[in-house]
Amino acid sequence: MSDARPVAPDLFVAASDGARLLAGRCRSCARHHFPASPVCPYCGADGAAAEPVGPTGRLWLWTVVTTRPPGYRGTLPYGFGVVELDRIGLRVVTRLTETRLGHLHAGQPMRLVVETLCADDDGTPVEAWAFAPEGEA
Amino acid sequence: MRPVYVTGVGLHAFGRFPDASLTALGMVAVQRALAEAAIGRGGFQAAFCGSVYGGVATGHKVLTALGLSGVPTVNVEAGCASGGAALALASAQIASGACDTALVFGLEKMPRGMIRSSFFEPWREEAGLAATPAYFALRAQRLMRESDVRAEDLAAVSVQNHLHGVHNPYAMYRKPIGAEAVLASALVCDPLRLLMLCAPNEGAAAVVLSSRPGDAPPVRVLAAVLRSHLPGSVLGEHTPLAGLADDASPTPSEMAACVAYEAAGVGPADLHVVELQDTDAARHILSAEELGLCPRGGGGAWVRGGGGSMGSRLPVNPSGGLLSKGEPLGASALGQIVELAWQLRGAAGARQVADARVGLAHTVGRGANACVVVLRAG
Repeated sequence: MSDARPVAPDLFVAASDGARLLAGRCRSCARHHFPASPVCPYCGADGAAAEPVGPTGRLWLWTVVTTRPPGYRGTLPYGFGVVELDRIGLRVVTRLTETRLGHLHAGQPMRLVVETLCADDDGTPVEAWAFAPEGEA
Repeated sequence: MRPVYVTGVGLHAFGRFPDASLTALGMVAVQRALAEAAIGRGGFQAAFCGSVYGGVATGHKVLTALGLSGVPTVNVEAGCASGGAALALASAQIASGACDTALVFGLEKMPRGMIRSSFFEPWREEAGLAATPAYFALRAQRLMRESDVRAEDLAAVSVQNHLHGVHNPYAMYRKPIGAEAVLASALVCDPLRLLMLCAPNEGAAAVVLSSRPGDAPPVRVLAAVLRSHLPGSVLGEHTPLAGLADDASPTPSEMAACVAYEAAGVGPADLHVVELQDTDAARHILSAEELGLCPRGGGGAWVRGGGGSMGSRLPVNPSGGLLSKGEPLGASALGQIVELAWQLRGAAGARQVADARVGLAHTVGRGANACVVVLRAG
């Protein structure tokens, strides 16, 4: 088994107290965006810097995906939704670890985790971020 | 600005046609529209073709096969609004005097299954974040939470559009369905069930626009407006971008409708028939709200009161909508224009809306793009 690879670089990082997302923060309008880009998608200003954000938030919208979408090799079903990060209010389209609809509700406290999505042909695990209900992470 | 008339329309049925090439579908629609406009080679000075999955020079291939090449030909991609975007470009050419007659057509052969879109970066696909119906589901959930729209209302929309589609020979699904069947169909992405979602499919549509009316009863294009989303309003149009915000900014559909109403000199109260985007049943309700057919947040009450049904004050999707016809992306917006032209000419047969004189067509899709077209008889 080789070392895991992230599904894409510069999306998330591991920290001693859990994972963090790498969000961009605009120097001009001060808003956060994710994934990070040097150009703010809200005001167009250049020079945004990436900074770690999270790991906690509130569940805003959710559903469960039961049919394999194009290009996806992971397990089914999987949770999918939008989590609003605490303090900064950034909303992130995200995987959810919970797949039981009855166990998800609006405003539910959520915590960022890194999970294994699938493996490449050579056995390399592929990792992505997800949010889990607080207390289950 | 000169007036713009619809002088010819043509459709190839929407459905699945494994034995016909994409080009063949387009040829049928174009031939029908040109025949109705009574023009051929030399009869139009520009062509605009909407397609999303067609690949390189989709429109050129159709015109080449028909011996009609030579005119400036532009292929237009704007997601679900591709055909509307093509129409808006052609309409502006005629209004400005750049040309007298233009051919607009759209065609598509959608792959089966969940739509694959280059809109999503490969890593989003790999992470399972390119699940199109899941975005529809999030939008539907938001609509239901922020208003009193219920699952029964979503079912009622599907029932209504399928009932309309029974009378449309160009639709893919022509059988009435009951609310129980909709609510019992497979859960695709909560709260959306299989019979609340339209099927991607195949088809073609064509429209001839001209600065002068033709032999068919005249239909005028009063407005053809395209808009894209403002920063931060992205989730409302089911397309993720870098970050999300919950601004109170207007959606592309609201922006396009506002400009189209002003340009056409009409409002929602002046409309007699509407064809709107119903990719899913919640989108149908949200579209009605965004177009001002009912109050914002009043979509649930609108549906429960029979809003949009045949015989109501303002019938919506008499063609059966995308829920009945299916959605060939590049053709769907022009399919609406063809339907409205028939409605405004009084030529819609068993699905005719009585005394229809002013019609509105609406599409919205990935990008996010929205197009609103207002047509008037005479």
